[in-house]
Order: sequence, then structure tokens, then C-alpha cells
Amino acid sequence: MTISTTDIREKEQLISGSEAIAIACAMADVDVITAYPIRPYDTVMQFVSKLIADGTLSCEYIIAESEHSQFEIVKHASAVGARVFTGSSGVGWFYAFEALAVTCGLRLPMVAMVGNRALDDPGAFGTEHNDALAVRDLGWMLRWVDTAEEAMDAAFMAWRVAEDPRIYLPCAISTDGAFLTHSQQIVQMPSQAQVDEFLPPYDRGDFVLHPDNPITIAPQVNEDWLIEIRRQTDAAMRRARDVIIEAQDDMNRIFNREEEDPFIEEYMTEDADVVLVGMGTLSLPLKVTVRRLREQGKKVGFVRVKWFRPFPAPELQVALSKFKAIGIIDRDYSLGAPQNGGVLYTEIRSALYDVTPRPPMIGFICGLGGREVTVDSSTEMFDKTFEVAETGHAEEPLLWIGVRS
Amino acid sequence: MAVTAVEVVYRGIFQRLLSRAICRTIVLAARKEGKIGTAFGRYSDSPERNGIPAKYFAVVADDPLELQETLAQYEPKAVDVSIVVDDSLCKGVESWAWYGLQPINELTKEGGTVLVTSIQESADLLEDMHVKDTPYNLAIVKGPKSFSGLWVYKDDHTDVRILGALAKVCPQLVGIDAYKETIREQWDELKETSANRAYDRVQSTPVEPGQGNPEEPFSFDMPGWETMEEALVVRPVSVGGGFRGGEGGFQPERNEVFKKWSTRTMRPVINFETCTKCTLCWLQCPDTCFDVTPEGLYDSDMESCCGCGVCEDVCPVPECITMVHESNFNDNSSQHDHWKRDRDGYMAWLEEMRAASTTEKADVGRTHGFYEVGQYEKEFEQTGVAGDD
Repeated sequence: MTISTTDIREKEQLISGSEAIAIACAMADVDVITAYPIRPYDTVMQFVSKLIADGTLSCEYIIAESEHSQFEIVKHASAVGARVFTGSSGVGWFYAFEALAVTCGLRLPMVAMVGNRALDDPGAFGTEHNDALAVRDLGWMLRWVDTAEEAMDAAFMAWRVAEDPRIYLPCAISTDGAFLTHSQQIVQMPSQAQVDEFLPPYDRGDFVLHPDNPITIAPQVNEDWLIEIRRQTDAAMRRARDVIIEAQDDMNRIFNREEEDPFIEEYMTEDADVVLVGMGTLSLPLKVTVRRLREQGKKVGFVRVKWFRPFPAPELQVALSKFKAIGIIDRDYSLGAPQNGGVLYTEIRSALYDVTPRPPMIGFICGLGGREVTVDSSTEMFDKTFEVAETGHAEEPLLWIGVRS
Repeated sequence: MAVTAVEVVYRGIFQRLLSRAICRTIVLAARKEGKIGTAFGRYSDSPERNGIPAKYFAVVADDPLELQETLAQYEPKAVDVSIVVDDSLCKGVESWAWYGLQPINELTKEGGTVLVTSIQESADLLEDMHVKDTPYNLAIVKGPKSFSGLWVYKDDHTDVRILGALAKVCPQLVGIDAYKETIREQWDELKETSANRAYDRVQSTPVEPGQGNPEEPFSFDMPGWETMEEALVVRPVSVGGGFRGGEGGFQPERNEVFKKWSTRTMRPVINFETCTKCTLCWLQCPDTCFDVTPEGLYDSDMESCCGCGVCEDVCPVPECITMVHESNFNDNSSQHDHWKRDRDGYMAWLEEMRAASTTEKADVGRTHGFYEVGQYEKEFEQTGVAGDD
């Protein structure tokens, strides 16, 4: 076989979500990329290597000796004003945890891809969202995507929002292991001119670590300073909402993408009685199930949460309060949590506390370890949610779906 | 609905790029006809492991909504064509995620096709392929198993020959013209010609229900969360006892569910008459696949053998253990039983197997019992493809 070079100027590509993000790195002219292999994230580093070998991507590409170093290197690169990209999966992401935490406090815009993977043990590489969700409290912006094309768009968005001087926070793009990292889909590419118009260069201003700009970062502080610093980081995260809205408007316009809400996707919800809510690629069986149930006259819909941090509480409060019941699907777990619910369930339950009318809720945990979320299990979840709509409350607030008993 | 799905069954790691190229080209060619598709591997496989059976898929539909309906993220429930790029996989597919043995034609739809690259005849392949209760077709692209697509390997055009044959056996997926255009763009005109020849030449044989290997494929029930032992404990299998449960010899207990059926491409054939009972095969076998017979001989158990060839390597007696390609066997019965039952018959069979073996001795550099140096060239000549116009 001829080893062909990758021409990223083709209007249309057959690529995986990981390959889409690697191409985004080339188009965004990323300066420093670090890598350490772990499945399924390694698919992105393989394609980054290919783009570099082809001469398509020019950057410092450093294979670190561990995930901790991998994230430390890009953290420092970001401090000197380099646009950076990195990523990991599952326990690899956890091995970098110290670096993940400090990046937020230092207000360094780092873009990472998390190829969602179950946490070992037992050794497993199927998708679960607990890896990326583990940083949800720290100041990382978290985005979940559904298709390879969305993965590419989300990467451009991530640099734009993370590097905005109002924000300067890291952002992780979660791509479900296998369904996005290993599946090749048809992607309509933006042109380089469109990307350049959307994504300005990273300018760290006088926060840049440089001999001409003598500053110190990462000092030691205690009770005298720390809470104020946390409050600043909190303010940055709060500002992220508006910056995301602004960036999404620009993206829709410049990329000629369909108009879409930046935070949530609503599928056939207009006249729905009950909806299910979830994140990532499980939208595929859910959308198919919605169409099949609607053919039977059942008014059902699906809501996909795209940004988990900042959490789209205002959007979900408006979108979800009108239904007779809602079911929240978690491809994660939060053992010992209220109602034994998953993370998304607990967050949405909290977001809806002040809403009137507050819809009755039920939570589902399914698809762990990459287990298939089938049309049958989706139908079961809709049926259970209809039961909740009838009685007004869930007898059992949390159900595990598709588990052998 | 005009949805067409194809699977490529291959062996990791060296055939992964071949399978990927086939599936990618299907989707790219489908675009030429205004269709849409997706190409993906079966994630639970571990194709980076040498010799492990794995799958790649291409699913094509008329429009994006139709494609969504196929739920093309997981292994499809049924496919129009099952492409098999290593004919030893006709015995079945064992995923690295452990579900038992999946017959090679399990996903093949009624009236669909199993398309195999092979130097065997269809009757030989049908001895391996499990019986199915619906009719389908068996098509052969003449040729040895190939690593085409691997940069260190010569491009034998297996990828495009399969695509050409595919256009003939499954024209509703993508027509030959779209393949030819895509192949010209991806590669060159020579490969386009190869695809066209395969299109003209591929022969397809109908397979009736009931035809094939009648053996029940190995399967087992997986436990539920309430019945499974907690704390990730995996209990050891017990030590075992006498040979066949009797007095004398030793037969280890083996894992009830973790078997080796189609994981191997070769198996050891043993000359019990020249064996010196040195114990080396028994000691060195990484899968504990040797049973000790009461007379102190070693009988390899085909439930456990992964075909690595270590036994052949360590055996100090010339030609006492010979690795022979799986295509020469239609069952997993005991060689020792055969020998005890009919010594002369066994020795004649043994000679036949040795002759059938294309195996060079290990010092020529066979890799992990899978392929050996020189095997490809030899098989390629046998196909007659080499001297073709």
C-alpha cells in the first residue's frame, strides 16, 4: 500500500473522533503536544505522529515517561504562552491527577482529550465517564461530544474558550472510548481560513512566563491567601458560560454549522411527555428509540448534555421543567451518593431543586465498561420513566439497566 | 431501508491494516454513489495481539438517518457479507472479550455471502464452517492469507481483490465502478486492474442449510452480579488427577470457559514412537496443554493449545513434534487415543500431516507459531496467481 500523506484540506474526511481532534491540532497550529500511551486515548497520539511525519503538523511533540510528566510539560508550556494539547484515558488520567489539579489554580489554558475508559481494576477499556468526571470540582471545563465532527468543533471551541483572557482555565473534551476514538465517520471539514477567523492566537499578555517579563508563578500560600484565589477561579468558571455562548455563535456563523444550543441538544422534546437525559454517544440508541416509540404514539424525547462544566443548570431548568417525568442516564457511578445515583443524576437533581413545577425524576446507570446501550434497554428506561410520570414519584429512584442478575 | 453491512474477520496484529483498508475503501466508495457509511473495529477484540481473531466492520446506508437506525457502534447483529482474510478462522471466531466460539457465518444473513481468501476448495472450508439453518453463499478469492497493507510486506493486492469480488457478490453495497474510482485515487491503476480481475473471476457456491460442520459451537453462561464471587477473586482450577480420570499419568484440570479453539493457526502433531519422555514440552508449554499418559508420553489437549510452537522448539528429538497448519484438522480429538487405537493408521496419518506441513523447522525463524519465513512465497506460488497475466 502506498503510504499516503494526510491531506487535511479535503472538504470531507472519513476519520475517527480522535483523528478529528488530531487534525484540529494541526489546523489550530498547536505549539506543544505531549503524549503517553493508554487505550483508547492513544488513537489521537498515533494520528498526531502521522500528521507530524507527513509534514502537516509542526509542533514540539514530546512522549513523556508518564502521564504526570505529560500534563506537567504542557502546563509549563502553556505558562510560556504556547498553545497546548494533550490527553489520556482512565487510570492514566488519574496518574496525572496532581498536575490536573494545579493547572486550574495557575489559570493555565490546557486542552486535553479524555478517551473515556473504565477505571481499572478490573482491567477494562470500555467507556465509562468516571475518569473525566473526577476533575469536575477543580476548575476544569468539561465537554462531552457525540460525533467525530462534534469532536473537531469542540476542540476549536476548547482552545478559544480556555485561552480567553476572561477564563484561562483548562478544558477536557470527553470522547467515548471505541464509539468515537475507534469509529471512522464522515466529517465535513472547516477551511483553514474559517478556523483562523474563529480561533485567535493564544495571547497570555503579561501573565506570560518569559525572561523579558520577570514574574513568579505557583507560590506557596496558606489560609492567608488561598480562599481568595479559589474565589477567583470560581469567578472565571462562572464567566465561562458567556464566553461559550459567544464562541458558539461565532462558530455557527463562521463554520456554517447548524444553529445549535451551546450547552444542550434537545431531540424531539417539543411535545414530549417524558424525556431521558444523557451524555456522549449513547444518544445514538436513544435517538433511534425515540423515533421508534413515537411511531407507536408515545411522546418521548431525549436531551443530551454537552457541557458538564460549566454545568448548564439554567438551560436544563428551562428545558426539563415542562415534562411529566424525566429519567437521567449515567454512564458513570457515584457510589454512596444520594439515592445511590450517578453523577449526572445528582447534578440535575440539584439543578432542579428550585424549579416549579419540579418534574419527578428517576436515575439509571447503564452502559458501564462499554456495555451496549440497546434499543431494548432504552425502551425499558422510557417505560420506567412513564411509570414515574403516572405515579408522580419513583418507587425506586435509581435503577441499574442491562446488568445480569 | 437500503442498509448494507460487511464484516472483515482477521487475525491481529498483522492483518489489521488490511482489514481497515478494506472497510475504509468500502465507505469511501459508497460516498461516490451518494451513500453514507462508517467503518469501525470490534473494540472488545485485542487486535494488537499476535494471531488473535478480530473484526472490522463497514456499514453503509442511503442517508444519515438510516445509518443511525443500524446502531453502527457495536458488532452488527447481521451482515450481508462476512469477509474472512485468514481461512483458518472458518473454524470460528473467539473474541478476546470472552464469549465462547462464534461460528464464522453466524452473522451472515440469509442469502448473504462468506467471502474467504484461501488456497483451499469450498468443500474443505465447509468442513470447518458450522452448519447454519439458512442458505448462504461461499465465495473464494484465491490466495494465501495476506499481510497486505503492512509496510514491511509486499503489496499482493489482496485488499483490492477482495473489494472487486465484493462488488460481484454484493452489488447492492457498492458497484465495481465506484470501487475502481476509489482504488485509483487511493492507490493506482494497477490495483484497479486487480480489483477488476477479481470481479470477473470470483466464483460463488451456494451453501444449503445443514451443510457444514455439525459440531455445536462452544458456549457458556456468564454469571450475574448476584451469583458472581466478589472482590475480583478468580479461583484456581484444581490440580487435576490421573490421565482421563484413571490410574497413572496426569491430566491437569483446565479452566471451564477459557478455551483455545480458533486462537491457534497451527497445532503440534506428535510422534509417540520416537518420544523419549524428556518432559520438555510438558514443562515449557505456556498453556499447560500436555496431558501425561500412563506410559509417560505427552498428549496435547486441543482445548488449551494456542499453537505457539514452543513444544516443537524445545523438543530435542528431530521431527517428534511437528507444527501443522489447522486447515489439516477437522476436529480436536486426542492424538494419543488415535495412536493407542490404531498404531499403523496413526503413523500413516502422521506422515501425511508432516507432508502437509509447510512448516520450516523453528531455527528458520517462524514467528510465534503463526507464520514462518518462506511460507508466504511458497503458498503464493501454489495459488497460480503469481504467474497470471
